[in-house]
Amino acid sequence: MPLDSANVDTDQIIPKQFLKRIERTGFGEFLFFDWRFNDDGSPNDSFILNKNEYKGSKILLAQDNFGCGSSREHAPWALRDYGFKVIISTSFADIFYNNSFKNGILPIIVDSKLLNNFFKFSISDSSYELYIDLDNQKIKDLNNEYYFELDPFRKKCLLEGLDDIALTMIHSDKIDTFEKQYFRST
Amino acid sequence: MGKKTIFDKIWDKHLVHEEEGKPTLLYIDLHLIHEVTSPQAFEGLRESKRIVRKPNLTFATMDHNVPTLNRHNIDDPISAQQIDTLVKNCEQFGIKLFDLNSPYQGIVHVIGPEQGLTKPGMTIVCGDSHTSTHGAFGSLAFGIGTSEVEHVLATQCLWQVKPKTFEVKVDGKRPKGVTAKDIILSIIGDIGTAGATGHVIEYRGEAISSLSMEQRMTICNMSIEGGARAGMISPDEITFEYLRNKPNMENIDNEIIEWKKLKSDNEAVFDRSLKLDASKMSPQVSWGTSPGMVSGINNKIPNPKNIEDPVKRKSVEDALIYMGIKADMSITDIKLDTVFIGSCTNSRIEDLVAASKIFKGNKVADNINAIVVPGSQLVKYQAEKLGLDKIFKDAGCEWRESGCSMCLAMNPDKLSPGERCASTSNRNFEGRQGKGGRTHLVSPIMAAAAAINGRFIDVREYDIDWEDY
Repeated sequence: MPLDSANVDTDQIIPKQFLKRIERTGFGEFLFFDWRFNDDGSPNDSFILNKNEYKGSKILLAQDNFGCGSSREHAPWALRDYGFKVIISTSFADIFYNNSFKNGILPIIVDSKLLNNFFKFSISDSSYELYIDLDNQKIKDLNNEYYFELDPFRKKCLLEGLDDIALTMIHSDKIDTFEKQYFRST
Repeated sequence: MGKKTIFDKIWDKHLVHEEEGKPTLLYIDLHLIHEVTSPQAFEGLRESKRIVRKPNLTFATMDHNVPTLNRHNIDDPISAQQIDTLVKNCEQFGIKLFDLNSPYQGIVHVIGPEQGLTKPGMTIVCGDSHTSTHGAFGSLAFGIGTSEVEHVLATQCLWQVKPKTFEVKVDGKRPKGVTAKDIILSIIGDIGTAGATGHVIEYRGEAISSLSMEQRMTICNMSIEGGARAGMISPDEITFEYLRNKPNMENIDNEIIEWKKLKSDNEAVFDRSLKLDASKMSPQVSWGTSPGMVSGINNKIPNPKNIEDPVKRKSVEDALIYMGIKADMSITDIKLDTVFIGSCTNSRIEDLVAASKIFKGNKVADNINAIVVPGSQLVKYQAEKLGLDKIFKDAGCEWRESGCSMCLAMNPDKLSPGERCASTSNRNFEGRQGKGGRTHLVSPIMAAAAAINGRFIDVREYDIDWEDY
């Protein structure tokens, strides 16, 4: 699905009136709420999420600096809950990038020429599809495949669905040792 | 000779574990939490039967949802539930909470420094992007997501990929009427909202080191608006003097010996550098829907026709439509409905003193609704002791209780569709202050001058004592 705007901030991804839930689930119906619905609550037909031909899409194409603004993890929760698994852009804001991996969303950074091509193909032909091969770090369409960079540790966590805290607990002896020295010296 | 930046020194001191090709496990000295981004983290702890490793290193307050009128009667049941949930979680896990009955409650980034929790050399995190504020003390402070909040609660550590360093050197002397807010808006206008992505900024230069601590906090606060992971300023005598009067400073003389080492070595190399001249800056006003869309008060709104890059051109076109303003119009012709003085960027006592100097003896224009919201109950107390509340009320402003208020529209203070606001907060995104609301970011003195005139005006036209601000 091509979302043709730059600097999309987390206030747009999930407006603040929906941050008050105390669960991690159920945010999908509020994704891009202010763009997606008119003031009377009816769907805004001109917004890309409401176009039937893109329904069910699992890959979001976004312009530069996607996810800037607040640190709210509600943003990736809403994207995941709606059904997006991958976001492709030329750049992401740091906190959003980090938060995405922790929620099983893969943010892929590509150069602007390639991104523009994906946008062009996807806008001119809504049936244009991309496939993501995480193992081999490749974006594929019917004709081509493109390699993307990914931190090996983050890739491993995504592939194996590892729990960060459990991973850290493996090092709990190191934390103990650090604390013993640290609090003695300060 | 050493070649480390202040960032490198703090990073190295907090290394718990590192392995080639993996993020680094970093120890966290101070964890601040609030009601919006913490409930799911505590729920996660309960589900996995984990405990808080160091409850005495985490502090909580409620700020985002808190009404600034009738604060004990929260009408919105979901807001009330978030606040109740924080109270229960703090009780269950043994975390110190500055609640609505506390004389020290306030915006999390205002009370950290106020309570002497924020100190030089620390690693500080909070589930809020404006955590960068605390970098003003020479600490490494950054915002995290809720999964990371849970991780810090459980382990007092975080996995971090080492960011790059970015030196922003602001030389020269600030002209009168150019505040810390104008400096940081000028920096963001220069580098763009993604200009510092992946970097930690160190602000340096005469125009930075001459700032007070509260002004430095305004600078570091908006590092995130330039895309930076964090922003920091080396501690100096101004820092030490400020901290001397705070709680938790029993051992300060010994600590100062260590804090003095927290500066970048002469030979330190930054990944990037930028030099700006404060003497050429003017009071800033944001005109668009991103904090990089700023301009000097005497400039005109940009014309998209003059922008070549199609993505940038479209952003400006969209922003002008949303903001309801026209290309090439003068900023001083923008008429306002609302003025908001507050938020973690500009709600400390110096901000309020400065705004009061402009308001003194003047009246808010008939078309303007102006509210002044202190950053904490302590700031409110200080302001009332100085009689500032009376100056604000005499001018026709509303004087409120502390909280995030109209910065983010999660509480009753919000803009209506189309309403135009001069705001001392940090974000002018679409709908940030309420759906359809239009935000112009400015300094407290520019906001005060705008309130009196009903439109933007160059604050330098006012004849006040400019020396202290």
